[in-house]
Order: sequence, then structure tokens, then C-alpha cells
Amino acid sequence: MDFEPIYLSLKLALITTVILLLIGIPVAYWLSGKSTMAKIILEALITMPLVLPPSVLGFYLLLAFSPNNGFGKWLHEHLNLQLVFSFEGLVLASIIYSLPFMISPVKSAFGHLPKTLAQASYTMGKSRWQTFIYVLLPNIKASVYTAAVLTFAHTLGEFGVVLMIGGNIPGVTKVASIAIYDAVETMDYHAANQYAFILFAITFAIVLAVFIFNKKAVKNPFE
Amino acid sequence: MIEVDITKRIKTYRGWEDLRVKTQFEMGKITRITGPSGIGKTTLLKIIAGLITPEVGTIKFNGDTWFDGEKKFSKKIQDRKVGFVFQDYALFPNMTAEAHLAYGSNDENYINELLHLGEMENFRQHLPHQLSGGQQQRLAILRALSTKPVLLLMDESFSALDKELKVKLMEKLHDLFLVQGTTVLVVTHHDEVFYSSSALFSLEN
Repeated sequence: MDFEPIYLSLKLALITTVILLLIGIPVAYWLSGKSTMAKIILEALITMPLVLPPSVLGFYLLLAFSPNNGFGKWLHEHLNLQLVFSFEGLVLASIIYSLPFMISPVKSAFGHLPKTLAQASYTMGKSRWQTFIYVLLPNIKASVYTAAVLTFAHTLGEFGVVLMIGGNIPGVTKVASIAIYDAVETMDYHAANQYAFILFAITFAIVLAVFIFNKKAVKNPFE
Repeated sequence: MIEVDITKRIKTYRGWEDLRVKTQFEMGKITRITGPSGIGKTTLLKIIAGLITPEVGTIKFNGDTWFDGEKKFSKKIQDRKVGFVFQDYALFPNMTAEAHLAYGSNDENYINELLHLGEMENFRQHLPHQLSGGQQQRLAILRALSTKPVLLLMDESFSALDKELKVKLMEKLHDLFLVQGTTVLVVTHHDEVFYSSSALFSLEN
């Protein structure tokens, strides 16, 4: 059995999760503040991957990443970077596709913290950054873990967007979900079953871990 | 003197109303702020702290401008050096009692002094959810004092304490205020809070 697709899937999920943690937490914090029209529009856009068929998102990303059009052309000409049918392209597409899984729970957690927590910190002379690091972030830890695990699991299970953007290049873009599809297409049910079982087992273990963690976690002190 | 002359539009149960306050508070003294529920006592404290911005007016602290509506100037909350005891305590769920005080002060002796003052020495490693209501309230007071504020704003800060503890704590706090020269504004519904040692400011319609 070729483990390359499993390895690629795990690598893609890990890189996507780490990048989304770095981007998603500040964005979620910003979105949890006073509501403005710009924030509402941005949040609606971030939520789109939840409701859009992956093929729609994949199609638009394919157009955007294409070396013949705007953004893709610019990347190709200036940075010699081609996102279509490349692992880098998969990472970028996964980040966009999994954005709501990271941002929604974290934003909701920030929104549920009493405003007086930050206010108390400010009156103690602490800056917004210190307040964020020492007071706000530690008190939404459970939601950050959940969001990270959901993002990881969701990226692991991507199919439509990955197929549209990455195609099926062994060792580059052929992740486990594509390998299953490929195996079924060639009537290799044995290989399909192996990939499917491994994906099922990993995803189940992750989801189970979230449930166990949430059960053990201290109940939200503000509830 | 703390000179307050502000107007702030606030939402009350009767709808939107203007909170107009024009008064002076004496430096180095304790002033009790009383008035009916919903009249804007907490809002006034938050305006003085810089947590809420009034529409118009000025706030001066000992000659230093903290707020000037005309010049659109508001001194940063962090630079006002106030201590605030919130009505809901606003304790940090991730921090132990001792960590709350260490967040405001690096002086270990002073932290110990505060824990002793609030009779919290035995609870230094407790998280807020492991403390009783009275202990949480005392911790909120001690935390506000940890930065040695020039102005302490207390919003119903003794409501969860029994009478004996309240009297004892107020005596100790009064001594500390004298030593540190702290100016104190206390919002309260209870006459016994710093009754004999304070001035009274009554917010009316």
C-alpha cells in the first residue's frame, strides 16, 4: 500500500491548521468586537465555504490561481509561483475552505467573555496586547483546541476543492480522499478500502478526542 | 480636585436619557455616590475611568485633563492609574488569587500585605471558581489595589460581605487609603459603607 496520500493528507491538514491558528485567532478577535458593516460582510464571506458546494469554491479558486488570469498570472510572473496543481495551491485553497471552522468557534468564545475582563486589565495599566495574551486568550483555550481539531479533521476530509485545484498528481496533490476516488475509478476496491479505513480511523480518533476533552474540560466559568 | 462636568446619553428603562453630572470630588478623600437604580452611577464611574466616553464635557484630575469633549481628547485608560472594582468582580478565571495580584504588582511583600489585608492568605492558589462570593469580592478589591492606584473606583464592592467582615475590611482599607493617599469613589446603596469617613454625592434625576 502506498502511504504517500495519507502522509500528504496529514501534512496538508497540519500546515493548514497551524496557518489558520495564526491568522484565524486575531481575525476572530477583531470580528468579536463592535459590529460594523465591513465586519458583517467579511464574516458572511468567511462563512461561504460552509454552505457552498466545494466544486463552486474550487472552480473560482481554479480561475483565481490560473497562471493565465489576474492573481495567478501575477504570482507566476513576479514570484514564479504556480498554485494550480501544486501543494502550495492546495494549502491556500484549504485555508480558505476551512476558515469558518477556525474562526466561528473562536469568535463566539471571544464574544462570550464578559467585557469587564478586558476592562479590568486595562485599568491595571495593561495594553490591548497584554490583555489579549494574559487574560482573553487563556480563557478561550478550550474553544481554540476545538477549532484547531475541527480544522484539522475538516482539511483531512477535503475532496471537491482539492480535486479542482490540485488534480491527482502522486506525491504532490494526491491526498488520501483523492486516492480513494482514484482507486474506486480503477476498480481497486482493496486499496480504496485501506485508504478509507485509515481516514475513518484517524478522523474518528480526532473527533472522539474532542468529545472527551470537552467532557473533561472545566465548564465555562461564565455559564 | 476631580472636576467632572459631562453629559452622556444612556439607555435606561424609560428609554434614552441624558446623564448630566457637574460636580467636584475632593482629593485624598472617600466619596460615596448614591442614587436610585439605573440612574447612571456605574456609568459615571466608568466614564471617570475612561471605559466609557461621554458625548460632551470635561474631566480633570488634579488639574490634569483626562477628558475634553471639545478637543476630542481622552487620556488612555492605562495612563489614568485608576483601580476599578467591578460590580460583577470581573476576576480572571485562568488566574489564581495570587496571580491576580501579581498581574498588577511585582512587589511580593505588597502582594502578601494585600492578601493579609483581605484575609486571603489561605486561598492564594485558588482559582476564582473555587472561592466563595465574599472571597471573590475581596479579591476584586485587592486586585484593584495591587497597582497602587491614585483613584479607586468601587462599584457596590461590599455587597457580598457579612457585616463583621465588612466593618473590619473597611477599617483596614481606610488605613491603607490614608497611607497611599488614595482618592476613593464608592457607589453604594448601603449607608454603612465608609459612613463616618466619607463625603456624599447623590445622583438625582
